[in-house]
Amino acid sequence: MKRLQLPLSEEERMSLKAGDAVLLSGEIYTARDAAHKRLHEMIERNEELPFDLNDAVIYYVGPTPAKPGQAIGSAGPTTSGRMDPYAPLLLDLGLKGMIGKGKRNDQVKDAIVRNKAVYFVAVGGAGALLSHSIMKREPVAFDDLLAEAITKLTVKDFPCFVGIDCLGRDIYDRDERVLGREEL
Amino acid sequence: MKEINVRRIEDAVASMCADIAVNCGSDIAQALEAAKEKEEGEMASAAMAMLVENIRIAREEQIPICQDTGLAIVWLEIGQDVHLVGGSLKDAVNKGVERGYSDNYLRASAVDDPLYERKNTKTNTPAVIYTDIVDGDEVKISLMAKGFGSENKSALKMLTPADGEQGVIDFVLETIEKAGGNACPPFVIGVGIGGTFDSCACLSKKALLRPLSQHNSDARYAALEQKLLDGANALNIGPMGFHGNTTALAVQIEQAPTHIAGMPVAVNVCCHVCRHAKAVIA
Repeated sequence: MKRLQLPLSEEERMSLKAGDAVLLSGEIYTARDAAHKRLHEMIERNEELPFDLNDAVIYYVGPTPAKPGQAIGSAGPTTSGRMDPYAPLLLDLGLKGMIGKGKRNDQVKDAIVRNKAVYFVAVGGAGALLSHSIMKREPVAFDDLLAEAITKLTVKDFPCFVGIDCLGRDIYDRDERVLGREEL
Repeated sequence: MKEINVRRIEDAVASMCADIAVNCGSDIAQALEAAKEKEEGEMASAAMAMLVENIRIAREEQIPICQDTGLAIVWLEIGQDVHLVGGSLKDAVNKGVERGYSDNYLRASAVDDPLYERKNTKTNTPAVIYTDIVDGDEVKISLMAKGFGSENKSALKMLTPADGEQGVIDFVLETIEKAGGNACPPFVIGVGIGGTFDSCACLSKKALLRPLSQHNSDARYAALEQKLLDGANALNIGPMGFHGNTTALAVQIEQAPTHIAGMPVAVNVCCHVCRHAKAVIA
């Protein structure tokens, strides 16, 4: 298990290899389908984004509401592939990390390599367990989207794996070899 | 004629929503424990250990097992000797879902329009409601909270009679293969065979309601369930797509009569958090 403090330096990112188990600490932003669509529209209109993408990490999650006394409710990753249409542009604008589950398409993989970024994979369906690593949640934008709003999380030892590293090595690749078939 | 107040249905629905979000069924919990022992790869073992631990934390701390607390699907079997009183049945079910989700800090995941506005309804309603009139004077309720990571990977195909058993096997395994790590394996796979385009999809979802230990009562279909399970696990997708021995915990088939020209097959993919409950209002 590698302990990593965010934001990661280029050197730290380059040292990671697909399959590495890591524990992330620091600040990350939540955004999923609807928030990505809006970010994309804001970029197209040349508007200022609600948070600084430089060196940022986005966690694809739509948590359950926090009960009184909790920082957050259940908070596991959602399927990353749905964000594939938006991710390359965000990476080109400075995003350095994404946390989600499942495969990414070739455009995302290329953008990861091009920008020396990292795709982290968390265990889907482990939302109760993962909530223990989230210390704080603060609103950032799009509150009307409820669970899909952009928020800032402070995480401590958040457990995940390196899914795609800076060199484009992908933990899901073996799947394709075994099955002899590309993902959809 | 027996009178049943719809308020009792509302209460039952609310309490089932609350229960299944945090308390994993014992059949699933046991299957996950067993699957954990079968993994050797570092990532697959770690993922299984986290899933088992997650189930424990969810139960003990009453935190939803998964943040996708699902869309509510409600099956009502209404005895023909029952007279429902106290208001609209449909409203009662939706009110029950709303209370179950809002009062228990579950996620509102329903949007009003599927294509354009996609505005969150904030209540996790409307629920998908199926009603069936049956003999007797009771109301039986089955409720499932279906997550969409796996629902998105479900598929239906209109096979022809000539496709036979091999056609079914090929389509089911192809669907599981495409679901891969995205849909949170190990899966529970519901398969519908027969009926029509629409009813076949319903069959595949209903198949997910069966306890994992219960096989199809027809020996030929039970054997096919086993064949499909073995086939799924030979795909080496493994827990979370991290490669490994358990891609599915169970494959459950429901079959129905169909047309001479057809053999519809539906595959409803469900993640390991296959949440459902039953209640009887007598």
